[in-house]
Amino acid sequence: MTAVPHLQIKNLRAKIEDKEILKGLNLEIKGGEVHAIMGPNGTGKSTLASTLMGHPKYEVTDGEVLINDEDLLEMAVDERARAGLFLAMQYPSEISGVTNSDFLRSAINARRGEGNEISLMKFIREMDKKMNTLEMDESFSHRYLNEGFSGGEKKRNEILQMMLLEPAICILDEIDSGLDIDALKIVAAGVNEMRSADRGFLIITHYQRLLNYVKPDFVHVMMQGRIVKSGGPELAERLEAEGYDWIKEELGIEDETVNANV
Amino acid sequence: MSVDVQLRFDSEAITQYSKANQEPAWFLEKRLAGLKAAGELALPALEKTKIDKWNTVDFDPFQTTAKVAAANELSDLVKAQIDVDSVKNLLVQKNASTVFQAVSDELKAQGVIFTTFADALQTHGDLVQKYLLNVIALDEHKLTALHTAVVNGGVFLYVPKNVEVDVPLQAVYEIAGDNALLAPHVLIVAETNSKVTYVDTYVSGEGKSMVANSLVEVYVGAGASVQVASVRSLSVDVHDYSFRRATVERDGKMEWILGEMNDGNTVANNTTILKGTASIAETKSISVGTGSQRQNLTSQVQHIGTHTESDMVSKAVMTDEAVSILNGITKIEKGAEKANGVQAENILMLSDKSRGDANPILLIDEDDVKAGHAASVGRFSEESIFYLMSRGISRQGAERLIILGFLEPVVAEIPVEEVKNRLRQALERKLG
Repeated sequence: MTAVPHLQIKNLRAKIEDKEILKGLNLEIKGGEVHAIMGPNGTGKSTLASTLMGHPKYEVTDGEVLINDEDLLEMAVDERARAGLFLAMQYPSEISGVTNSDFLRSAINARRGEGNEISLMKFIREMDKKMNTLEMDESFSHRYLNEGFSGGEKKRNEILQMMLLEPAICILDEIDSGLDIDALKIVAAGVNEMRSADRGFLIITHYQRLLNYVKPDFVHVMMQGRIVKSGGPELAERLEAEGYDWIKEELGIEDETVNANV
Repeated sequence: MSVDVQLRFDSEAITQYSKANQEPAWFLEKRLAGLKAAGELALPALEKTKIDKWNTVDFDPFQTTAKVAAANELSDLVKAQIDVDSVKNLLVQKNASTVFQAVSDELKAQGVIFTTFADALQTHGDLVQKYLLNVIALDEHKLTALHTAVVNGGVFLYVPKNVEVDVPLQAVYEIAGDNALLAPHVLIVAETNSKVTYVDTYVSGEGKSMVANSLVEVYVGAGASVQVASVRSLSVDVHDYSFRRATVERDGKMEWILGEMNDGNTVANNTTILKGTASIAETKSISVGTGSQRQNLTSQVQHIGTHTESDMVSKAVMTDEAVSILNGITKIEKGAEKANGVQAENILMLSDKSRGDANPILLIDEDDVKAGHAASVGRFSEESIFYLMSRGISRQGAERLIILGFLEPVVAEIPVEEVKNRLRQALERKLG
């Protein structure tokens, strides 16, 4: 891995079944940067996250994605993760019978490779520490993965995984949805703790709210399956205050969703 | 039935074996009655499984092996199953021979009898006669009759009134060699308010065309509590037939923990008869179907007493071209008021060519009862696989986590740590 992580998305197009959702998206994320993608519903934000991670439902039809100059799209899902990509999901799966801690240890060891497994003691220490930061109850480690977790607990658990796996590029897909303000602050604190020069973030959100706690360096607006406007943190503030209509007007967009014929 | 097969044994061979083991005359009579009945009775009728082409009779029943002097001389196969240094109460049988036997002084001092079936016939003949073939009848079908004719080992476990045995009593059964037979009879009698756990393991060595035909009879006295755990890891060369049945008196509790990890064809029937008021039955069973094996696994509870309760959980993982039929039968008889019987069968399918059938059957002849069942047959969720892989875990690793997780709720409930580990070991072997 290069010293400064680098994700390059070039003219990415992807479809689900026969419906094209990403329609030529360009974005570049480097270590140390926090990018936020905002936009109304149905503009392709979550599809971007899932496509980058390699969800089998989405088919890439054109374009290129490089992670540290390697072809991300050629990699299997687990290889993408081991190359440093992480996706905190909007709807994490519930896996019955697999405890959170067994799962986390498997994931960490998959990353470290055979012969270099983390010792049980060290793992427990690390996990306890991070769980503490996220104000998660001790019992979480013994509970089955996401099973019966509330929405907020699942989100915290996603951040816990991110903190333990220490990825190079973190994508957070609507990590703020369904969180009350206290939980949001905790999750944001977890993210902020992870901010560093060797880590880049892509935060997908509907709302400015999260961005009050995790200050982005770049804000992008997504419409019709591509990024239509980029700016600094002030862009998020204007969106919060004025909504999206002014952008649609400015760009002459009537239907901002991916259903629009473009 | 297979009238064409020339048996490898006859009444003379049976008589000889019985005499050589100094069995009482009444038991030889049972054996010969069994042989006669085996020639007349049909194979058991099984839901969706035909076993008339399976090997049920083609074996040499009385293959013998020398005894070992000490536990550490036991075969590696056996030693892989148990920690021979720490187990105080252990019986090991190979084919028709007891190869090792150890019973602690503590156990003897409690008045508990834990000995081989052959020894029990000699030394506790009257006690054995009182209970033997009472819970399961000799002439239920061809396989029970055949078993009685050629029974070549097993265990007699007797726990006196008010005695609680706090360590699991263990047995290991090994079969090896062409045409070998393993036909143990396990007879457990737990008197009023006693408590005991019996754990056995079935393993196999090299050999072609082997047969295991075992019966387990358990008598649970009033207020007594019996746990029977069995982990079977027989090879593809063994056809395994096991019929286990318990009868439970007032306030008694019977608990079965079964790991059906055979690689070969298997018929297993596990039944609890809740005779006494407020008696309880619990059955936890997991199975894994691999290769082209066929399995017919039945868990059954018969509620006779009032306020009786039963809970059966069966989980199966199916892969390759294996076929498993899982039957759960809750029968509530007229008069079993306030009975409560629940059961669940869950099957996880890993391949397109395997087949798993879950058949929950409720037979209820009483109005004032509760009964419920749940059955599911499912595949891997691709969403779950994606989730696990997105954390860097390989597809194989992800599938494995999901499979073990699917079985874990049953495995985790197993009260004896050693059995839990043995079962996990068997799972690793089978799914490895």
